[in-house]
Amino acid sequence: MEFRLNQEQQAFADEVREFIRTHLPADIARKVRRDQHLSRDDYMRWQQILGQKGWHTFNWPEEYGGPGWNVIQSYLFEVISAEMDCPIIQPFGPRMAGPVIYTFGTEEQKDRFLPGIRDSTVWWCQGYSEPQSGSDLASLSTQAEDRGDHYLVNGQKIWTSYAHYADWMFCLVRTRGDGRPQEGISFLLIDMNSPGIEVQPILMMEGTHSFNTVFLDNVKVPKENLIGEQDKGWSYAKFLLEHERVDNAAIGVTKAAMRRLKAIASQERSDERPLLEDPLFHARVIEVEAQLQALEVTALRVLSQVASGQAPGPVASLLKIRGTEIAQRISELTSQAVGHYALPFQPGYLRDEGAEEPVGPAHAATAANNYLWRRSMSIYGGSNEIQRNIIAKHMLEL
Amino acid sequence: MDLNYSEEQQMLRESVERFVRQHYAFPDRQKRLADGRGFSRELWQQMAELGWLTISLPEEDGGIGGSVADTAIVMEGLGQALALEPYLPTVLASVLIARLGTDEQKARYLGPLAEGQLQMAVAFTEPQARYQLDDCATRLEVRDDGMVLEGGKSLVLGGQHADMTVVVARSSGDRKSPDGLSLVLVDRELPGIERRDYQTNDGLGAVDMHFSSVRLPASALLGPRGEALPEIEYMLDLAIACVASEAAGAVSALCQATLEYLRNRTQFGRPLGANQALQHRMVDMFIAQEETRSIALYGAMMMEEPDPVARKRALSLTKVEIARTARHVAQEAVQLHGAMGVTEELSVGHYFKRLTAINATFGDSDWHLHRIAQCDHQQ
Repeated sequence: MEFRLNQEQQAFADEVREFIRTHLPADIARKVRRDQHLSRDDYMRWQQILGQKGWHTFNWPEEYGGPGWNVIQSYLFEVISAEMDCPIIQPFGPRMAGPVIYTFGTEEQKDRFLPGIRDSTVWWCQGYSEPQSGSDLASLSTQAEDRGDHYLVNGQKIWTSYAHYADWMFCLVRTRGDGRPQEGISFLLIDMNSPGIEVQPILMMEGTHSFNTVFLDNVKVPKENLIGEQDKGWSYAKFLLEHERVDNAAIGVTKAAMRRLKAIASQERSDERPLLEDPLFHARVIEVEAQLQALEVTALRVLSQVASGQAPGPVASLLKIRGTEIAQRISELTSQAVGHYALPFQPGYLRDEGAEEPVGPAHAATAANNYLWRRSMSIYGGSNEIQRNIIAKHMLEL
Repeated sequence: MDLNYSEEQQMLRESVERFVRQHYAFPDRQKRLADGRGFSRELWQQMAELGWLTISLPEEDGGIGGSVADTAIVMEGLGQALALEPYLPTVLASVLIARLGTDEQKARYLGPLAEGQLQMAVAFTEPQARYQLDDCATRLEVRDDGMVLEGGKSLVLGGQHADMTVVVARSSGDRKSPDGLSLVLVDRELPGIERRDYQTNDGLGAVDMHFSSVRLPASALLGPRGEALPEIEYMLDLAIACVASEAAGAVSALCQATLEYLRNRTQFGRPLGANQALQHRMVDMFIAQEETRSIALYGAMMMEEPDPVARKRALSLTKVEIARTARHVAQEAVQLHGAMGVTEELSVGHYFKRLTAINATFGDSDWHLHRIAQCDHQQ
């Protein structure tokens, strides 16, 4: 048992640092550092740089073009990336669509879809939630009617992250109405340029646009876009959700947020001294840091399990719950740290549109928006209450 | 970076689990608690034979050459067992002697200690000092013909059993000066020692000691005179690593007991565990259990950190987190057991008392938050 990096891991970390130092565009790093909202082009530029190096799909096995890293290497890559202000790699292609396609897809599907994910030339989105199917995802009602060589899809998806950026959507649809709700679901890949698709934005309270409603009106989806077997889509979706929960611990990003909180609280003054040296505020920060430290070790324990060939299982729900709670608390303290400057509402600055100057100090400009945005963390990806249900049922067998 | 136990550690874990299963049924523990001796000499001998008493000491000092992580494995088992044996005081005293002792001192004390023949404790707290390590009014006067100890120590954990106590005393400087602290080895039978033994809430017991002109030979000095503070700080951090693992064991025992109770106790015609309000509380206990285990591992691993400021900060962080998770699980376990949870009869209340005692020893959460602020100021 060893917490420090061994020589090999250290060399790997150095290689990652060096690559990021020499390849990350400065304008993108600046936006990340300021917690500004990134555009499609920002994400794609960085992901394509990673794609050329073979690192965009860093968690993929070598046979599908991944770098063949072990879980510790992947973990180090994420932590260092966040530490050096890299954008988060959007998970919809490399973390979600990709693993489902290479695990359950046909050879044709792999050849057709995996290269675009590896190179990050195609943006994917996730068509899961529906207006009447939030936490109760399996009750979804978007219909896919069998029309011989294609499905005719009708329905509505909601909370679809970055559907307005997306070229393709992986989508859960109902192909059978009888039996248990889980049994009649199929997993379809849908071209977002298909006739009959309409994307409507959902604006969020902090002034950004990342979620959408997607209307599907008589959309023709060729049969070859079905993943695996018809009516068996739920098992592929579950496979994916479990992976998503491990990612949702987002240790690297949260550690970076903790560093940013400390930096901001060091710049803010309270009674002539840095706010971070106010014993009460310092204590609030350190209490969260202690929780984050425990979470990091828990995540590493889970990764060690994964490394020895076990599936992450319901313990992943624990990481999602605590990862989001801790990240939310850090964003709350960051917002608290900037005092009155938590009040100005400047979505233009948040989106980095034009030359809008922040009302207060630059470090304060996005703190409150970020706090508002992060309230979504305990709701998305299966609300934290759903995660508790999962642990109660599958782990505690209550 | 590798958080897997080694093969040897895996074997040690199994051995500890077996030992706990065989010897620590709760009624047996309660019998030992009631019989006046405080703990089982037979079990102590077995622990000595298994090599656990000096597991982390170097081989040349009679140990097994393990790490703090090995000690932590034993502590976790003892936490699960709610053991009464004075293992922690023994570890703290033996590590101080191994780190600071002359060859003669090591030869004299570590052998008998490893064999379970010699009981030791460390006296480092005083009534006015709260958790402050350098607040020491007990004085050590050094003369040509030896030393004289004057003053008193409070809440010496395991001190009631100790044949020999490592006492922190001031050989120079003001009461609160960080310089001038020394360690001396004090024999139980020396003239001038007054002791007051008392029971503690967790059943482990402690002693207050008063020294009036206690004469010590020059050979009783442990380590360099006046420079003991960094070593006392190391000992405190080691104690935190140990109780963090002990807490991890106790917390997992409480989670297991509560889970079984929720499954088996029936009200309104169904198990308690069928209620979502209780399920979610059980899940939060389970989460806290995993967090306790994780931060205890972190604490044990960070004991290998060579930079003392980084080590102190890490162990304080450990104590802060343990204070939160252990308190949460202990309080919830009692609540979910209903009225049985607050009885003397059920083990749950006894785990509660031990976890509460852990939070109040070696610095509480607030003290460690201040200590982290000091560390951050130094860096």
